[in-house]
Amino acid sequence: MLGSFIGVLFDGIAYGSLLFVISIGLSVTMGLMNFVNLAHGAFAMLGGYACVVLMTRAGVPFLVTLPVAFVVAAAAGIVLERTLYQRLYRAPHLDQVMFTIGIVFMAVAATTYFFGPSQQPVRLPDFLRGQVQVMGLGLGAYRIFLIAVVAVVTVALHLLLIKTRFGAQVRASVDNAVASAGLGINVNRVFGVTFALGSGLAGLGGGLGIDVLGLDPTFPLKYMVYFLLVVAIGGAGTIKGGLVAAMILGICDVAGKYYVPEVGSFIIYFLMVVLMIAFPAGLYGRRA
Amino acid sequence: MKDRIHPTRRRVLQGMAGAAALSAFPRFAHAADPIRIGLILPMTGPFASTGKQISAACRLYMQKNGDTVAGRKIELILRDDTGLAPETTKRIAQEMVVQDKVTALAGFGLTPLAFAAAPVATEAKVPMIVMGAGTQVIPQRSPFIVRTGFTLPQNTAPIAGWAFRNGIKRVFMLVTDYAPGLDSEKTFQARFKELGGEIVESVRTPLRNPDYAPFLQRAKDSKADALFVFVPSGEGLAVMKQFEERGLKQAGMRMIGPGDVVDDDILESMGAPAVGVITSFHYSAAHESPENRAYVDAMMKANNGMRPNFHSVGGYDGMHLIYEALKKTGGTGTGEQLVEAMKGMKWMSPRGPMMIDPATRDVVQTIYLREVKMVNGKPWNIEFDKVENVGPGG
Repeated sequence: MLGSFIGVLFDGIAYGSLLFVISIGLSVTMGLMNFVNLAHGAFAMLGGYACVVLMTRAGVPFLVTLPVAFVVAAAAGIVLERTLYQRLYRAPHLDQVMFTIGIVFMAVAATTYFFGPSQQPVRLPDFLRGQVQVMGLGLGAYRIFLIAVVAVVTVALHLLLIKTRFGAQVRASVDNAVASAGLGINVNRVFGVTFALGSGLAGLGGGLGIDVLGLDPTFPLKYMVYFLLVVAIGGAGTIKGGLVAAMILGICDVAGKYYVPEVGSFIIYFLMVVLMIAFPAGLYGRRA
Repeated sequence: MKDRIHPTRRRVLQGMAGAAALSAFPRFAHAADPIRIGLILPMTGPFASTGKQISAACRLYMQKNGDTVAGRKIELILRDDTGLAPETTKRIAQEMVVQDKVTALAGFGLTPLAFAAAPVATEAKVPMIVMGAGTQVIPQRSPFIVRTGFTLPQNTAPIAGWAFRNGIKRVFMLVTDYAPGLDSEKTFQARFKELGGEIVESVRTPLRNPDYAPFLQRAKDSKADALFVFVPSGEGLAVMKQFEERGLKQAGMRMIGPGDVVDDDILESMGAPAVGVITSFHYSAAHESPENRAYVDAMMKANNGMRPNFHSVGGYDGMHLIYEALKKTGGTGTGEQLVEAMKGMKWMSPRGPMMIDPATRDVVQTIYLREVKMVNGKPWNIEFDKVENVGPGG
């Protein structure tokens, strides 16, 4: 009984970690630029496909493809930000939603055209497959890896924002973009780099997630709700909020499906309603 | 920013609107007109692989057998209904009947889509060939429906008998929560309990389900002899991954079910973990017959190496049925005459012998028991036993 509970907790944390790494970019862009980017999942998908293409067509090992997934998604992010997104920063939210949902549909159609509609395979290296016995509990090797990677990413992100000059600029721009610009911070550039970073992390998450979430052209639509939930519950613009929200969602989703499979998939929506009533601005969000 | 639509673009838009209005005028059918077949399939969205397989098979049939029947040219009109919107399927069916004057409607990848189009077929008195959807009640929705695919009870019943005979007494079930899943669940439970087996638990997973891991962990902890799985074509990959990662096979649990979970379309991507899965199904790309070998070769050649799956034969045989019914009626038959001609028709399909039951207009066929084995480094569903003449009820 206790064993299965720890197992569920572990799986939930792994799932939450994955949600966190994919969604954190969305949270930051929403908080920083007040921009509703529904196409965030498309960058995750791009990273995923970058991994698959490298693995299946070029024979690159899985672990090497992950940094590439980050770079490809970040590059796509910076190009789109400079050419398209930038024009809509001051547009009404409805325009932003229409624009980004359009990007999602284009991404879905383009991916179907090039890669076909089916799920993409991923071959994990042998040491990441199967289960590892830890104190009599069988834990998925890949999920341990997942948690480790996300822990490293989170710490790195935290240090970047707290200890570096760039981090200070980002925080200043989040707090007050106009005043920051007045102080000589190139807010425009900060936006661009942050957007690329967020997209890159989504790409990394997309690559990491192939084995857990699957990868097909409808990926950005299928998981859009989950990413938005992380931001809505955590509060836009905070790393801590996103992390806590992703963990809550991951653990509750897994526990719900394990213990009450009849209503399991509904649990997280119920949770969202309760949390949104209790914390309208998100767990760590600032009231606008 | 005031004038958002550029003048040129506006003119183009006007032109397009005009063209659309023109094409809405009814066309009149003449005897020399081609016979049009309206194929409605999910070509995009999560079930696009179904549409791709069926449309490729229909084209292959026409390529092999020519596009002229009884002196009239056959024209295939393919439209995409995205797989998730029954109202779209219905609208397309209506347009095909009214504007294109189709002689037959065909396709229908999922049960709700077939239900939505059924009233259109009844009202227009047009034969409706269901190639994909597998819920048993479908042909009862219209006297013009004829099915060439399969039914879930048909594909599920034989595995219940095999499991019980082979030492599986306690089964954990995982089915997708929509009509075919419930059909499959009901059939297996009834047959397996009748034999004396025990259903430990039956879990229904939502149609759009991101993560199977918790459900499979629960299955593992139940310590049942076998895990019965029904998921729609395409979802099998995600289930199989968790089946491996959770170590269910090592824990001594077998995977059984109707063959959807080890769909030929994705079996290669599953690789080694799928080995040992036992299913009962109406079609395997590894079926040993000259008809099937020719079929698989031609399909793979025409479609970039895509392995034909069970949906594809539904399309191939559906075209065969339409061709034969047209020949029988001399190319000028009414909807009623065509359906009448289809009833009782028997032929040798790539899947093996099959016929259309005159009473239910549903498919009667051989169901095979298969095990996934590695052949030349690739997994295939290798048939080891069969049950002949299985009706739509299993």
